[in-house]
Amino acid sequence: MEYEAIIGLEVHVQLLTRSKMFCGCDANYQDAPPNTHVCPVCLGLPGALPVINRRAVEYTIMTGLALNCQIAQVTKWDRKNYHYPDLPKDYQISQYDLPLTANGYLTIDVDGRPKRIGIRRVHLEEDTGRLYHVDGRALVDYNRSGVPLIEIVSEPDIRSPEEARLYLQKLRTIVRYLGVSSGDMEAGALRVDANVSVRPVGQETFGTQVEVKNMNSFRSVKLALEYEIERQIGVLKAGGTVVRETRGWVESEGRTVSQRSKEEAHDYRYFPEPDLPPLEIAPAWVEALRKALPELPDEKAVRYRREYGLSSYDAGLIVADRHVAEWYEQAVALGAQARPAVPPKTLANWLTGEIFRLMHERDQDIESLNLSPAALVELLGLVADGTINNNVAKSVLRDVIESGTPPAQIVEERGLRQISDEAQLAHIVARVLDQHPDEVQAYLNGREQVAKWLMGQVMRATRGKANPKVVMSLLTQQLEARRSSQE
Amino acid sequence: MDDLCRLTLHEAKVLLERGECSAVELTEACLARIEQVEGRVRAFLTVTPDEALEQARAADEARARGSSAPLLGLPVAVKDVISTRDVRTTCGSRMLEHYVPPYDATAVVRLREAGAVLLGKTNTDEFAMGSSTENSAFFATRNPWDVERVPGGSSGGSAAAVAADECLAALGTDTGGSVRQPASLCGVVGLKPTYGRISRYGLIAYASSLDQIGTLTKDVADAALLLELLAGRDPRDATSADVEVPTYTAALTGDVRGVRLGVIREWLEHPGLDPGVAAAVQGALETLTALGAEVRDVTLPHSEYALPVYYLIAPAEASSNLARYDGVAYGFRASGAGDIWELFARTRGAGFGAEVKRRIMLGTYALSAGYYDQYYKKAQKVRTLIKADFDRAFEAVDVVVGPTSPVPAFRLGERVDDPLQMYLADIFTISVNLAGLPGISVPCGFADGLPVGLQLIGRPWDEATLLRVAHAYEQATPWHARKPDLS
Ligand SMILES: [Zn+2]
Repeated sequence: MEYEAIIGLEVHVQLLTRSKMFCGCDANYQDAPPNTHVCPVCLGLPGALPVINRRAVEYTIMTGLALNCQIAQVTKWDRKNYHYPDLPKDYQISQYDLPLTANGYLTIDVDGRPKRIGIRRVHLEEDTGRLYHVDGRALVDYNRSGVPLIEIVSEPDIRSPEEARLYLQKLRTIVRYLGVSSGDMEAGALRVDANVSVRPVGQETFGTQVEVKNMNSFRSVKLALEYEIERQIGVLKAGGTVVRETRGWVESEGRTVSQRSKEEAHDYRYFPEPDLPPLEIAPAWVEALRKALPELPDEKAVRYRREYGLSSYDAGLIVADRHVAEWYEQAVALGAQARPAVPPKTLANWLTGEIFRLMHERDQDIESLNLSPAALVELLGLVADGTINNNVAKSVLRDVIESGTPPAQIVEERGLRQISDEAQLAHIVARVLDQHPDEVQAYLNGREQVAKWLMGQVMRATRGKANPKVVMSLLTQQLEARRSSQE
Repeated sequence: MDDLCRLTLHEAKVLLERGECSAVELTEACLARIEQVEGRVRAFLTVTPDEALEQARAADEARARGSSAPLLGLPVAVKDVISTRDVRTTCGSRMLEHYVPPYDATAVVRLREAGAVLLGKTNTDEFAMGSSTENSAFFATRNPWDVERVPGGSSGGSAAAVAADECLAALGTDTGGSVRQPASLCGVVGLKPTYGRISRYGLIAYASSLDQIGTLTKDVADAALLLELLAGRDPRDATSADVEVPTYTAALTGDVRGVRLGVIREWLEHPGLDPGVAAAVQGALETLTALGAEVRDVTLPHSEYALPVYYLIAPAEASSNLARYDGVAYGFRASGAGDIWELFARTRGAGFGAEVKRRIMLGTYALSAGYYDQYYKKAQKVRTLIKADFDRAFEAVDVVVGPTSPVPAFRLGERVDDPLQMYLADIFTISVNLAGLPGISVPCGFADGLPVGLQLIGRPWDEATLLRVAHAYEQATPWHARKPDLS
């Protein structure tokens, strides 16, 4: 029997507000000593009361809009009650039945075809503190306590670990475009829980759902889902039944292990937060936020195809990172002004080819790469006007990144100016042919691909500076001349 | 100068302004009175004589420099559920026996800014849960009129301290009658403003949607003076209202001609109403009629459900509000626990008293999955009906009138083992909290030598009318001037 997986993801995203969700404490705690970004409110001291951070509400609405969600006209907060030492009030202020935004979708590209993944809801809540175990003692750091967090709950529309990866990647791109979160999974700014079930292909009803937690990277999400799907199929194939439970991914062992069963599940006893009045969301507020939304990756990719003639693939590569897209658009603008102009397509080819390769090789992103859009346009201008050829340009690019020197200066200093002078090149070509009579003979005997090898010899003799077009035409000319003289 | 402690705030203010006494003398008089009677009354959990005298000296110096802050040099007491920076705030509980808040409640900030001298913290039923102050984990406070009787509760310490002239005035809190009922039993004035009138920031929560800080004073003018200072929007409390605060002291015109008073038939005919209390209230209505007020009957058909509604909503909120006392970050921590869950259980088992545990369990049950709709949600619906009763009554009258407590002060121990009997002590005050209305209790006579209070209930935000009627009545009667004999 064939099985298919049904996956829904719950993603928690930390918002990049200046202050915390319900108090004035600095929300940027990453490098702070423990318990220094705290106050009576986020420590849950008796008598302290929460006050809503308006910016966090706006970030949530923006995320909802970007995910095609409906924005609530009235929203409220609820208490989620449970005891845990990292939770100072022993309840979390969250949203239960009136989330800020709901009923949207996100589109992923599955094998070249768009697929919509439903978004059930996006709601706003507060983060907990962090627990550390040191020398057999448990220590709590409340710096993270009260940092605004949005929970993005998908519909169970995801059918494979690969789709889950695409969904998460897209989601991260969107929150980064919006500037509402770093989306950095390793730093805990984006956390993923998955609800996984399997069913025989063709069956309408869902199988028993298992919640998978503790996945700390995109890679571990993929591995954990693959493992869990296999595990459940294995259980069913062996005639067993899948138990409804929560399982944790153990990275070191490459498997999920049971954490608690449904019977032990929490009753969170949600009830409306009496310390916070319900919040009315004025339509004008939502419209103002909608107008201020940046161009999102999907729209950008469409525009790149339409305006710049890029392939879907290249456009997708560029828009996947907001900073790369911004970099590219600056280059396009400069390229249009340059004389001769450097076309968007050429810039895209260099960006997704040579520059991505260098970024990968050097483990750097576009911002840290030390390459300005202007430098690339200048470099490609030198190619366009024949000053250097493409291969020299690649070497100059590497030099620009390493030294920060402008391309034209490098070309001058290293004497890389292309040799296009026919008389000069004709001498070199003749000398190369004289030095390799056997190869010339082979060519004349019909092995025409030897011309390429001879071309390489000419390029070597000029240290790569020869204009390849001129060399090719001279080579053909002189070889043909030798053929005539033989006959 | 022994008599200085017998003064009201406004009387002492005049003496200070005229230079006829100093803040130090006033404070010393109160401290001497505390010394003299506290062995019998036991109103204070913490007295801070050194700090008080320090503040008094500072007040005298400030006055010498020309300051005329409204409470400059006036000694007051604060119920021990209101946070005071650097002064321990116990909530009458073992759980917080040694807890010293690092911040002041907004109400305390306003007292300090107005120049008041803080004498100490007054006794309370544990976490304000009770009607006799016998639920204090430390000791019971006695009624100054008869030390074998209770002062009422939960602000029994504040009411007794004011009645016994241990301070000029005190702050209390009122969740179901906890300011008005002890005021009634101790023969002082107890004002509970509209929900949202005084910031709750720093008030250690019992039931957040019902809690409200109130005042215990020797007369109505003092209540007006304090409310004027304490009322108003606080950016730290999202439920505090942005409603204009009138000059309450200017509202005390003594003129009640044409004011329409509504007598609650259900309350006056209640089988639990003590005949002496009924007679005193009847007498008060006659006095008010003689002063020119129009008295008519109103009906509150749903008020009979107030008690059960309260005992679902308040414990539900309490079960969540008190969850934070888990021994992790502050407060009592049980020793010998093996793991965190045992630590929670042992800490809460040993740190809370019986009534607190009873209400936490009631509230946890009311919020539990499967019971939420039938208890908590239903209670909220009936709460709306109770409020609607008042709305209807206020279409026909300006102020609703009735007894504050069905009985005068009962004997210590008389009801402490019978929670349901104890709950009946608040039967006439609870619906006012459920409806979020302002209420005041003023002395209206005696029954068997024990004080009786008249309860006046006003429209939301209309404390001014309430104070005007209470003041006119008070000025026409001798009751507020009577003092218990503690010599
Ligand atoms: Zn804080």
